[in-house]
Amino acid sequence: MRITQGCFSFLPDLSDAQISAQVEYMLSRNWAVSIEHTDDPHPRNTYWEMWGNPMFDLKDAKGVMLELDDCRKAHGQSYIRLQGFDSTRGFETVMMSFIVNRPTVEPKVHMQRTDVDGRSQRYAWDVRR
Amino acid sequence: MTDATAVDEAPARPATVDLAREYESSGVAQVLRELDAELIGLAPVKQRIRETAALLLVDRARRDMGLAHETPTLHMSFTGNPGTGKTTVALKMAGLLHRLGYVRKGHLVSVTRDDLVGQYIGHTAPKTKEVLKKAMGGVLFIDEAYYLYKPDNERDYGQEAIEILLQVMENNRDDLVVIMAGYADRMDRFFSANPGFRSRIAHHIEFPDYSDDELLRIAETMLANQHYALDPAGRQAMADYIAQRRTQPHFANARSIRNALDRARLRQANRLFETATGPLDAAALSTITEPDIRASRVFRGGLDVDRAAQG
Repeated sequence: MRITQGCFSFLPDLSDAQISAQVEYMLSRNWAVSIEHTDDPHPRNTYWEMWGNPMFDLKDAKGVMLELDDCRKAHGQSYIRLQGFDSTRGFETVMMSFIVNRPTVEPKVHMQRTDVDGRSQRYAWDVRR
Repeated sequence: MTDATAVDEAPARPATVDLAREYESSGVAQVLRELDAELIGLAPVKQRIRETAALLLVDRARRDMGLAHETPTLHMSFTGNPGTGKTTVALKMAGLLHRLGYVRKGHLVSVTRDDLVGQYIGHTAPKTKEVLKKAMGGVLFIDEAYYLYKPDNERDYGQEAIEILLQVMENNRDDLVVIMAGYADRMDRFFSANPGFRSRIAHHIEFPDYSDDELLRIAETMLANQHYALDPAGRQAMADYIAQRRTQPHFANARSIRNALDRARLRQANRLFETATGPLDAAALSTITEPDIRASRVFRGGLDVDRAAQG
């Protein structure tokens, strides 16, 4: 199942040129760009593993793309996302986040329905391969 | 599909090129004019930069016409004594390359050995990469580059930084330009010990020492920028100072002059404090006079430690 989350999630996967252009946009807004990866794309899994520190003080998207290439080499079969963090007072948050790499065979998000307290129902989701 | 659109959108190649107009419109002319106006002396350096700019302009025209495809090697080495304007020229060079479209952003990242080489195993590579990432799209200026290589210590981590640098200089020629700077003789030794650098650096530019006359003009420009001026006797004292200072150790051309002027301003302020009896006008506040400069230790044979060392 195709996992969708973050920006551009209903578009086809971005090409490297397109990713690069998005990074240029983030840098033009003075956001710190960070790369994160995970093998568990569950929507409640907010904290992905960090690939190095967030990159402050970059001027050009190429620096991010070099790191992304390294990350893809090491975690080609994981989900990788780019995030733009805005440190401006009052925002101090992730302004943009999008997936740039996904495994060839994506896991399914499986829904589990359970009966509790008589006829009440509870739903739970988990990622299954 | 992508092929078809690419063909459709490809701009028509120009059949002719007006170099003079390109020269003006690209902003190269402006950078070179600034270089001429702001930097005193350095005639051979300016000449080399003008030649390089001409080469790059022609090369760009050739690329527009489809005659060349390779990015030319732009890595450079600046050799010369301290205080001869290497960093300043590197800054101008970054602007020049940016106007010509050879670097995308045109910023200058200035580093030394400490910024590239780590303290322990596994520390160097991330540190060097961090610097390289910051320099992407601009110019990486490595001051005193020969410190990267220490032949007497074969386990020195500098070698690791050199290997990463060489790799990036080769693979990311479109993304950044590396300028290495340092003393001429030590850079020569550095390049002969690391032949990889020599072959990857296309432009070697030598910075000559300034003449006494040029240094005096530099001193006056520096003062004028801070709204100070020398009176005629002060000017003569400064000329004497430059001639004396040159013969003493640790002479660093324009940098020595800047330091001397800082100290002269200090003495001027003290003098005004001690001698002023009434209100002072703007001219008094901004004039450096003879005693402000003559009080320098340079006229008494330099620093005590240096005199002791000379014995």
